Amino acid sequence: MESLAHPHSQSLEVHGHGHDHHDDHEHHEETFLTKYIFSQDHKVIAKQFLLSGIFWAILGGTLSSLFRLQLGFPDMDMSFLKPILGGWIENGKLNPEFYLAMVTMHGTIMVFFVLTAGLSGTFSNFLIPLQVGARDMASGFLNMLSYWFFFASSVIMLWSLFIETGPAAGGWVIYPPLSALPQASPGSGTGMTMWLISMALFIVSSLLGSINYVSTVINMRTKGMTFTRLPLTIWAFFFTAIIGILSFPVLFSAALLLIFDRSFGTSFYLSEIYINGEALHHTGGSAILFQHLFWFLGHPEVYIVLLPALGITSEIIAVNSRKPIFGYKAMIGSIMAITLLSFIVWAHHMFVTGMNPFLGSIFMFLTLIIAVPSAVKAFNYITTLWKGNLVFTPAMLFSIGLVSFFISGGLTGVALGNSAIDIQLHDTYFVVAHFHLVMGSASFFGMVAGVYHWFPKMFGRMMNEKLGYVHFWITFVGIYCVFFPMHYTGIAGFPRRYYSFTSYDAFKSFGDLNAFVSTAAILTFSAQFIFVFNFFHSIFRGRRAPANPWRANTLEWTTPIHPQHGNWPGEIPHVYRWPYDYSKPGAAEDFIMQTVPYSETASSNLEGETDLIEEEIPATQNA
Amino acid sequence: MFYLIVAALLLLLVVVGLLVRAQVLIDVFTGSNQKRAGMSNKVNALLFPVFFVLGLIGFIWLSVTSTENYLPEASSTHGVKTDQLFWITMAVITVVFIATHLLLFFFPYVYQFSEKRKALFYPVNHRLEFIWTVIPAIVLALLVISGWKVWSDITKEAPSDAVVVELVGKQFNWMVRYPGKDLELGKHNFRKIDELNGVGIDFSDKNSFDDFMAGEVHLPVNKPVLFKIRARDVLHSVFAPHFRVKMDAVPGMPTKFWFVPTKTTAQMRTDLGKPEFTYEIACTEVCGRGHFGMRMPLVVHEQDEYDAWFKSQQSFLAKNPDYLKKVPDNMKRLAEKAIDENRKQTTLTSVSLKNIQHAFAKTF
Repeated sequence: MESLAHPHSQSLEVHGHGHDHHDDHEHHEETFLTKYIFSQDHKVIAKQFLLSGIFWAILGGTLSSLFRLQLGFPDMDMSFLKPILGGWIENGKLNPEFYLAMVTMHGTIMVFFVLTAGLSGTFSNFLIPLQVGARDMASGFLNMLSYWFFFASSVIMLWSLFIETGPAAGGWVIYPPLSALPQASPGSGTGMTMWLISMALFIVSSLLGSINYVSTVINMRTKGMTFTRLPLTIWAFFFTAIIGILSFPVLFSAALLLIFDRSFGTSFYLSEIYINGEALHHTGGSAILFQHLFWFLGHPEVYIVLLPALGITSEIIAVNSRKPIFGYKAMIGSIMAITLLSFIVWAHHMFVTGMNPFLGSIFMFLTLIIAVPSAVKAFNYITTLWKGNLVFTPAMLFSIGLVSFFISGGLTGVALGNSAIDIQLHDTYFVVAHFHLVMGSASFFGMVAGVYHWFPKMFGRMMNEKLGYVHFWITFVGIYCVFFPMHYTGIAGFPRRYYSFTSYDAFKSFGDLNAFVSTAAILTFSAQFIFVFNFFHSIFRGRRAPANPWRANTLEWTTPIHPQHGNWPGEIPHVYRWPYDYSKPGAAEDFIMQTVPYSETASSNLEGETDLIEEEIPATQNA
Repeated sequence: MFYLIVAALLLLLVVVGLLVRAQVLIDVFTGSNQKRAGMSNKVNALLFPVFFVLGLIGFIWLSVTSTENYLPEASSTHGVKTDQLFWITMAVITVVFIATHLLLFFFPYVYQFSEKRKALFYPVNHRLEFIWTVIPAIVLALLVISGWKVWSDITKEAPSDAVVVELVGKQFNWMVRYPGKDLELGKHNFRKIDELNGVGIDFSDKNSFDDFMAGEVHLPVNKPVLFKIRARDVLHSVFAPHFRVKMDAVPGMPTKFWFVPTKTTAQMRTDLGKPEFTYEIACTEVCGRGHFGMRMPLVVHEQDEYDAWFKSQQSFLAKNPDYLKKVPDNMKRLAEKAIDENRKQTTLTSVSLKNIQHAFAKTF
């Protein structure tokens, strides 16, 4: 323990020194470059991830608006898009290859660049040191590298959108042989190579970040911050990072073997292929192997994007219900169970791929087990609202919205997880509706809620609440209008990734519904610019934030309104209690911060808590 | 035009900025930003139950009006069972969906902020947690077990008398091969594929001599059918929506799916009142540019009709005698004999076939 504590105490010294001599610039020569670009301050890195995430979210949303035009209004003359899409518009029609490319990039961007990097990158970075009571991450340098690997990855992925053969177009799951053979699709040429390089860099970035998050949570908690006093945000980020560390390398190996198959003539995934009048030399490979490797990351990835959102929501709902989160330990337990189970359910994506049906049975059982901890979480959120004193900040609204999406999308998972039912529903719009609600929209709402809630800590100013309300209601109603109808087209059998449905008798119906969905999608996307405006406007013109605007208990609100690198000017505060002492009977206020010792709250202490006072004494002497 | 749009957007931005500014100033002036929860809190609290009621109306309306666009009742024995499972599951989750949302959307209204009240400090209740862990577990277990039974039935070995049809996916259509009179499919080899021999029939196997290719899938009613599924370039997926059949086609790894069709095309046409009705096979694994256009018609016949059609089909070798060159010398005589037999049979049945062709003229 001594050696582990060392870096912690060292950084404490360095920064303490800096703040004692504030006008002594010799030690803290910060240029624009080191302060804002190659910063090692976790708060700045978090903002870098957030801004990148917002950029990618706008791009990913734009893509979806474009392909929704095609799906909703297949007869539309799209010539007006020529200035943006150029040659991809042929005779007023969208090129079907480019349609698939947009679908692929929409998925890749949203899953990885927005909801993984933009969400974990922002909030794990921002909140872990602030909420566990640390000066910074375990390694500020690796943390900086993590962002810049992500940046390089982003540049390559963005670049691939503009090359002549177009970006990767085989779906975000990039199943070979389609993704391995440039003859099969133009997107499988340079676009796919760039996709693979970009994702390899992304995985490096993700690992550097995750290693940092885990070591910071384990080693750098302030005095008194035991694991059972950690806010649920931290628990969620901690397990998210563990999932990332264990599963991203598997995607890396899948990508590596694909690179070998593409460029060096190996046959890991390819076998018995005849294409473009030519029988290829590959034999003995297995296309299913790729799917196993991909989903070994792909399914845990769902929880990589969802758990941080659930953690953020747990915190926001507790704060704004003015109640302790119901079943704190059950919440931790369910996060743990979800983490564990997330690794052993991947093949439910593969029930009808030709995988041995017995394996399908096993994965069906495991999949439906994971619904139990998820159900516990949903019930606990609702019980937290019960008899609360609810304050509807925009963050709270988005958190309640998240719970709604989590339930709606999660429930349809019960149908899809059942392999017999999945035969008909697999790869239909039912699946699209399911995961857009449970992982897409829910995680997105978690992210937005987090921005509204911690904006005052990030920028020292408040976001405009009224705009937040408008943003929430349009988005909430809009998302249901987009994804709820998709269940119906899914039940009718409409397959996903179809450029048009007109050639089938079976899928000729629901034209009006598709037009409605597209209209709703474009309006909902447009409404996001209310948020973008609010965000940037508030950075400069927002009302100045008080120290603890939401009357919350956690440590980040004990820092100065504009925390410098190092977070606390003096000693890091000690922690004496869990983060959820809201509306405790006998307390003067409806919240007691984690830094308030039990010795000062005699009137509200519960049984057993009074005994803890004795342990506090040495700590107080220390201070 | 472009500059006009940019200018309009900028103007909009300025106007919104000014409005926001004004609203903030009004808040500060009236002191409403000092209050912990004002009018907005009440409005938001009320909007949740309003959303619930309107949403529920929309949900019911959409559910009622959508049924006419759903696929008709499954035309296969297992499909009836999976549909039943699906609707049972949907019923269960709809109840949970409405019950949880009732709480989720009415609690905000009932427990909205009030200065007079303090929230209930209620951190844990183990009994409650135990209950809502066990109940979902039991319900899920029941659903899984019933699903598992159906799944095991569907995926068990096909009966030995099943009608075998080979479906091969390529960019961007399906190819269909039947085993011919001997009811045994000949071997295949991807290196034998060429312009005409699209599925790579290997003519060194005598079982291939009477194999024939078809432009559509034809099946007899009420008999087990086994789809042997392959792909020759990238992944595809056989999806026959009316039969609730779906299975990926994987290059290098043959897959299969067996089922029993229960309704002929003719019967469907009368039942649905749609004289144009045709069963279809679609592709549900993204395979490139033409993914959305891999439509393959499928016809279900009465047994005698099917037999007549089956017998009328010219074998691949009879149609393309050039391929006799690919038959090893020691088997040439066998192959020629198979061609002769096939030719005799097809001329005999051509009369009865005419009726069938007439009946399905509209289909293709």
